[in-house]
Amino acid sequence: MLACLIGYFGDFDLAEEATAEAFALAAQRWPDAGMPDNPGAWLVTTARHRAIDRLRRDRVLAAKLPLLAQPPEEAEDVMDGPPIPDERLELVFMCCHPALAIDAQVALTLRAVAGLTTEEIARAFLVPAETMKRRLTRAKSKIKVAGIPFGVPVASQLPERLAAVLAVVYLIFNEAYSGPGQPAESLASEAIRLGRVLAALLPAEPEVLGLLALMLLHDARREARFDGQDLVLLPDQDQSRWDWRQITEARDLLDHALLDPSLQHGPTARGPYALQAAVASLQAETPLDWPQVAALYGELADRTGSDVVRLNRAVAIAEAGDPAAALAIVDGLDLPGYQYWHSTRAELLRRLGRAAEARAAYREALALARTIPERRFLERRIAET
Amino acid sequence: MQYALLIYSKPGAAEALSAAEREANHREYLDIKKLPGVVGGASLHPVETATTVRVQDGQTLVTDGPFADTKEVFGGFYLIEADDLDQATEIAARIPAARIGGSVEIRPVIDNG
Repeated sequence: MLACLIGYFGDFDLAEEATAEAFALAAQRWPDAGMPDNPGAWLVTTARHRAIDRLRRDRVLAAKLPLLAQPPEEAEDVMDGPPIPDERLELVFMCCHPALAIDAQVALTLRAVAGLTTEEIARAFLVPAETMKRRLTRAKSKIKVAGIPFGVPVASQLPERLAAVLAVVYLIFNEAYSGPGQPAESLASEAIRLGRVLAALLPAEPEVLGLLALMLLHDARREARFDGQDLVLLPDQDQSRWDWRQITEARDLLDHALLDPSLQHGPTARGPYALQAAVASLQAETPLDWPQVAALYGELADRTGSDVVRLNRAVAIAEAGDPAAALAIVDGLDLPGYQYWHSTRAELLRRLGRAAEARAAYREALALARTIPERRFLERRIAET
Repeated sequence: MQYALLIYSKPGAAEALSAAEREANHREYLDIKKLPGVVGGASLHPVETATTVRVQDGQTLVTDGPFADTKEVFGGFYLIEADDLDQATEIAARIPAARIGGSVEIRPVIDNG
């Protein structure tokens, strides 16, 4: 509904205020007069009228009147009114426009698309409500003044702009895993809900399906990731605590994204989200198909050029039974400041019986380790090797 | 709405090009000026020719320069009419300075009408 009004008036604040007024009016009238036959249309029409009244009333806003290119004549008769156009997609692209700072994109998306209040967003990101309010105000003002469009980008820009939208949704999801406590869990649900909205609006974009599958798979293991306060690693997780319904849903989406022939030719086919989801899906299988995981990481490394992905590929190759080949890959990577490069190297050297080199590499990893459980694990390894 | 496309170039970047490339760039700048929606603009002489004016306590202070050691120098601008920021960005992306080490800043123009 908000999307519809922003599309209509091209003004975020005006649309928000008018929407709030329409809901207030509905709360007043509906209990006595009964709910109209088409409540959605009633709300949109009422909000439009409120916004038009406001524009006419307020001389300061007189400059915006040209925005009202077509006064809604048909709006008097809401019962036969046209169906409300779904303009959420336009809204998403506006909120995730690259001309906005990334924290503003995240906040606007949660506010306008997911419908969270400013206070809820502030709590989730552990900033004062005033700060979040200023961030949103600045972003909305930039949209208006700089002329950030309310619309779906042209085909030539779509892959890049879609990547920005997906990055915002994944950032919201990952915030749920880095931030502590209750709000984090609801953020994960919000991200998944946004993912579902996008999948419904863009069902032929494999990366949209891939991201939703990836989030569903990670989220399905949420309950099993903790034993009290301790982190439980994947191989040790109690699989009966996994949400198998969610895993099945993700696999169906993924099959569609990676195997449906009509989806395999666009610029976003077999992209990073779908490939990561495919790895996460294999990780929910026993026994784990390591050669297949290695192949997927290889494809992902080609797509992203990331040395961290190449490191993951080496781990999969070692697990598939070839630690020597894995070590050759690891030694070819340039990640000297990365703890897991050193610890992976150490583990491979240990498996190859090169104990002295392994201990030295474990010490390098220990020097970079920040959490106590990690330090304890590495010290134990040094003593044992 | 109107936008100013402020062009910042990397000092020396144009000089590093061949004569033919410089000529091609120059033609591109002229072509952009002819695009529909482009309503004005100017290209400026190098910063070495600049003079800075400040007024302090009613006194006009004129100095040579600036010769601040900047990575990018303001070299000119276009004034354009565009529907929205995306359309303005499309024109900005065609400006040669943006791909040879410089950048283009898009600023919405205040509508006093």
